Amino acid sequence: MSTVEDYVARIEETCGEEKHFVIMFKYDKRNEAIKKILKKSKVKKSISRIIFELTFENVSFRLYGTGKAIFRNLKDKEELRKILADLLL
Amino acid sequence: MLDPYKIREDFPILKRKINDHPLIYLDNAATTQKPKQVIEAIKEFYENHNANVHRAIHTLSQESSELYENAHEEVAKFINANGMEEIIFVRGTTEAINLVAYAWGLRNLKREDEVLVTLMEHHSNIVPWENLSKINGFQVKYADVNNDGTLNYESFENAISRKTKIVCLSHVSNVTGVISDVKRIAEIAHEYGALVLVDAAQSVPHLPVDVKDLDMDFFAFSGHKMLGPTGIGALYGKREVLEEMEPFHGGGSMIREVTFNTITRRCSVSLNDLPWKFEGGTPNICGGVGLMAAVKYLKDVGMENVKGHEEILTEYAIRRMQECEKVTIYGPKDASLKCGILPFNVEGLSSHDVALFLDSYGIMIRSGFHCAQPLHEKFKLKSSARASFYIYNTLEEIDRFVKLLKEIE
Repeated sequence: MSTVEDYVARIEETCGEEKHFVIMFKYDKRNEAIKKILKKSKVKKSISRIIFELTFENVSFRLYGTGKAIFRNLKDKEELRKILADLLL
Repeated sequence: MLDPYKIREDFPILKRKINDHPLIYLDNAATTQKPKQVIEAIKEFYENHNANVHRAIHTLSQESSELYENAHEEVAKFINANGMEEIIFVRGTTEAINLVAYAWGLRNLKREDEVLVTLMEHHSNIVPWENLSKINGFQVKYADVNNDGTLNYESFENAISRKTKIVCLSHVSNVTGVISDVKRIAEIAHEYGALVLVDAAQSVPHLPVDVKDLDMDFFAFSGHKMLGPTGIGALYGKREVLEEMEPFHGGGSMIREVTFNTITRRCSVSLNDLPWKFEGGTPNICGGVGLMAAVKYLKDVGMENVKGHEEILTEYAIRRMQECEKVTIYGPKDASLKCGILPFNVEGLSSHDVALFLDSYGIMIRSGFHCAQPLHEKFKLKSSARASFYIYNTLEEIDRFVKLLKEIE
């Protein structure tokens, strides 16, 4: 059974007043992760299919074709993990 | 004049592609890339000379000790110190400031005293003083910064008094790149009998520096921001000040003798000479060797050339970035007042969004507070993006950077 850790290499909490989370997907799993996320979320905007502005269950976030994503204004890491589990598993 | 294209040939990493795009490295205020001369010096040390220093009489130890001492001498010459006695190798600027705080401040700062810092400091020049004030009870005062990021000298002069025992400020802001007149600050501080500690992490790599002319008491910088390896940096201290100070770390190397008294059943310690008195334990020998190679490289390039090249890049970047409708640049727009550090934001986007966007195209910049939260609060900024330049950056790279900024707008 897959877990979030199968897809995620690192989670960085950004510094600055805006508490964002940057997710870096594992290199060999990034395409699979991107595909899954795009399938489950709503695309608001896309730039050259490199950057996607997405929403999922009222959470807006940005996904990058390089295998990174930035989630804004989440309460904590727990909330992030729940969203990632819903998106990836 | 400096030829960045020729210089780039010395930096293997600059041949890399990131996300299928040529690497454009604009995060030099965080750390710089390493030329092959530094990489080779480290390799050569481990392949041919590795041994502990000052401990043994065998050939390898002699070679290693000589290299390590030469590294101190090279650094001393680079900033025009009197000699290696005034150069203490540390892990970096942070450790250097902590050394001064705990080896000098702990014994010399009393409840009624004051430490004067500025609002533009990196956290590493705030936190040690705030922490120590909780032990010794002195007050930490903050000189203000003008809206353009320059130091408010009037605020500084209003804040200093006979109670001020040390003034701690950065030579160049790691957020705005603003160069502060530390010579003027030292003159004022010395009139009041205060010492001056300058965080030179962003100045020594970018400007010609003469600690005697500036009349510095302490001057701290990091090797990795000037082409050297991480984990090595230097604290310059005036000989007479260092001689009065007690050591920071206790251990091997920093002592001459530890003798056991059979009557008192205690050990007494006699201290080693400068600079070893402050370098307890086995030091970062290879780091010192790498730093020496970096210093030699910069000397060959010429620090006036380094400064001139960065000024050209900064002036050009400011002009080009001002073409972007939604980009706001913080700090002075006159490149001669600053080093090659440009903080900015793009309207409607967080700095992290900007950094991730540029990363997709192989451009590395920094986002966040850059370890200078009080300055961001002063500017009422939640965070900022930061592009910072060095000797291997080109005008073409700035064109590419600006083109992408226009795209993200």
